[in-house]
Amino acid sequence: MSDVAERAQKVLVLFAHPAQNRSEVNVHLAEAAHQLDHVTLIDLYGEYPRLDIDIDLEQARLREHDVIIFLHPLYWYSTPAILKEWQDLVLEYGFAYGKGGTALEGKTFFSAVTTGGSAEAYRDNGYNRFTIRELLQPLEQTANLCGMTYLAPLVLFGARSAKEHGRVSGHVALFRRLLEALVAEKLPLIEAAKAETLNVVLQKHGMG
Amino acid sequence: MEGFLVQATLYLFAAVVAVPIANRLGMGSVLGYLIAGVAISPILGAFGTDPEDILHFAEFGVVLMLFLIGLELEPRQLWGMRHRLLGLGGLQIAVSTILIALAAYWIGRIWAIEELAHWTVALAIGLTLALSSTAIVLQTLGEKGLTRSDGGRASFSVLLSQDIAVIPMLALIPLLAIPELIAEVSHGAEVGHGGKQEMELRLLDGQPGWVATLAVIASVAGIVIGGQYLTRPMFRFLSHARLPEIFTAAALLLVIGIALLMTVVGLSPALGTFLAGVVLANSEYKHELEADIEPFKGLLLGLFFITVGAGINFVLLFEDFFAILGLTLGLMLVKGAVLYGLAKLFKLRGAAGWLFTLSLAQAGEFGFVLLSFTMQNGVIPTELGSSLSLMVALSMLFTPGLFIFYERVIAKRIDANLPEEDEIGETGPVIIAGLGRFGQIVNRMLLSNGHKTVVLDYHNELIAGLRHFGVEGYFGDPSRPELLLAAGIRDAQVLVVALDDQEKSVQMVEHVTREYPHVKIVARAHDRQHTYALYAAGARDIVRETFDSSVRAGRYALEKLGHHPFQAERAARAYVKLDRHNLAELARLWDPEISVMENERYAAKAREINARLEESMRGLRTEYHDRTERGWTPPPKGGAVKD
Repeated sequence: MSDVAERAQKVLVLFAHPAQNRSEVNVHLAEAAHQLDHVTLIDLYGEYPRLDIDIDLEQARLREHDVIIFLHPLYWYSTPAILKEWQDLVLEYGFAYGKGGTALEGKTFFSAVTTGGSAEAYRDNGYNRFTIRELLQPLEQTANLCGMTYLAPLVLFGARSAKEHGRVSGHVALFRRLLEALVAEKLPLIEAAKAETLNVVLQKHGMG
Repeated sequence: MEGFLVQATLYLFAAVVAVPIANRLGMGSVLGYLIAGVAISPILGAFGTDPEDILHFAEFGVVLMLFLIGLELEPRQLWGMRHRLLGLGGLQIAVSTILIALAAYWIGRIWAIEELAHWTVALAIGLTLALSSTAIVLQTLGEKGLTRSDGGRASFSVLLSQDIAVIPMLALIPLLAIPELIAEVSHGAEVGHGGKQEMELRLLDGQPGWVATLAVIASVAGIVIGGQYLTRPMFRFLSHARLPEIFTAAALLLVIGIALLMTVVGLSPALGTFLAGVVLANSEYKHELEADIEPFKGLLLGLFFITVGAGINFVLLFEDFFAILGLTLGLMLVKGAVLYGLAKLFKLRGAAGWLFTLSLAQAGEFGFVLLSFTMQNGVIPTELGSSLSLMVALSMLFTPGLFIFYERVIAKRIDANLPEEDEIGETGPVIIAGLGRFGQIVNRMLLSNGHKTVVLDYHNELIAGLRHFGVEGYFGDPSRPELLLAAGIRDAQVLVVALDDQEKSVQMVEHVTREYPHVKIVARAHDRQHTYALYAAGARDIVRETFDSSVRAGRYALEKLGHHPFQAERAARAYVKLDRHNLAELARLWDPEISVMENERYAAKAREINARLEESMRGLRTEYHDRTERGWTPPPKGGAVKD
């Protein structure tokens, strides 16, 4: 057991949801992450309700973890505001990039998002015109500049009707298995980096 | 008594009529006073009063003015001026003296005026006329806001060196005496004229030189040490009495006492009070002293200018009209040329150089003093002295015209071509009135962001304690308009009204919005009623002192009840917005003249707001809810994203 603990990867989940009393999926994903060993869950809106992000604390958290995940609903093809603020403040020159900015090198990064639109909408012939992976390219390049391995996103499409269609618990379980695989270093990273979504990778390896 | 009342009425009436008109016409108050003096001189003559008697009294205005100037000048700044004082000032005096003396000598030769063709007389004239008028120049510079400009500073340095130079001049002049004249003068003094001079205490006359020197050193040391260590406990004690007039009396006592001391040891009283001012420039009572002395200085200085105007002897002038006018203009030309050369030498560029040249070209009030001194000491014959006095007065009369010329013509033409590099004054300070718990926090925040603050409070211990920590605090009642003026309200950008006294804070806001509309006001309110009163008085940034902390307490309570911190934050924001909106609506309807009960429109709006609050509390209204939820409410279930 101690052998496993030594090899365990540490996962940081940065959770951003501004109206958690209205959330139907994300709060359950956060709760699942919160319960796992070797996984740290940070509720950014809970910790910084006035958006006054503590840069030193956040950088220390990044140093202590191997995998960094943004967990949030997709807002205008991007993160909720606080995660953008977090990027702007925490990913400093000399820390995350630029001269001496090597603190994040070799770490793994990806987003776990829920979308209002269905899977069909995120295609070149859908009304969103781009795939989810394409739309998240700014984050991909951010990770790239910081020397991190970027993985495809984990996505729950059509999240506004997931509760009614009974798809929530399945997605929460999928997220839990993904986190466990990351901790145990059992996720095929090269494949995960190339895929369209992590959902597909997990499916293929019998974790879906 | 009647005579006094007649004179006072005459002087005040002339000033009240002439000065506002002159000011309105853009001529400045000094010219107004001078013209007032010229206008009343025939009437004064009819009453048989001599303006010279009043002149001696009015010269005290100059003494008060130098005290106030000293207050504005910290010792460090004075030390920083030493090169200009010696170089600029010293050269101005030396070169002007020599040139004027040579001219006088030359004129004496050419026109065969026997008295003039004497080198001692010529030198005495040179010394007398080299000096400029501190009173006119500083008053006008202050009025036109040029005191801190480069040209203004240079002019001030020269005036200060001249004031210092008067002391050695007074020592030198008796050595220039002409024996025949002395006999004549001493004879004359015995016969009658000389009533004024016995009044002066000359304790040191007849003492050996080293005693006099020792007395001088002791007095100066007394001023410096006393000013540093004795004034503070004295003013602290007096302020406990809470009697404003006693504080004023003490301030006057300080200045008059020093002037007396200086006169006794044979120094210039103006210089002594200037020194006292510099010593007190760091004191927490500085602005209170300024506020107390300022009105006396203003009145006495005005009186001084009037007497100068009234002293112009028109009979004498018209006897030799062209000669005297020509000589006066010639004198100003020579002085101006010297100043212009110095401006070039000391690299006063553009408008600054011209201001320096034009402002100091006249002869000054010390000219009168030196002239009467030279006449008493038999250096210059009385007849010649009267003509010279006339020239001094005329040159003073012309000076405001030169300032107007500078302002209307030169400043406009030159500054258009030159980058403004020296004229940028310091940025206006922030004045914080009231330094309790509230004002202290505001002050600390402003200081830590690099702003200059001036803090006013009437609690002695508080100010003394904070000065210990390096806060620039001054003692005094902040709601006093004079104190605000002394603290620099004219140049201030922001005034923070943080007084405990509600009524005073409303008065203060009223006063400042009326008199200094450019000053932005941040006001501390006690409660709603006070908020309304401050709003009516003109304040717009009004902070209820317990409002923000109560909102924070409410937010913490929501968090403890299990609300998500960000939701609690949004609830707090929404509450603040709604409450401030309601308050502003009510403030607009509030009327200080009518009680809330009688104000129908106010009462109606208050009822409406109360009903609205009640409904939203019972869940009948959604606007409060909407404010907190909007923006983060997910799109409707199954709603189409695109039509």
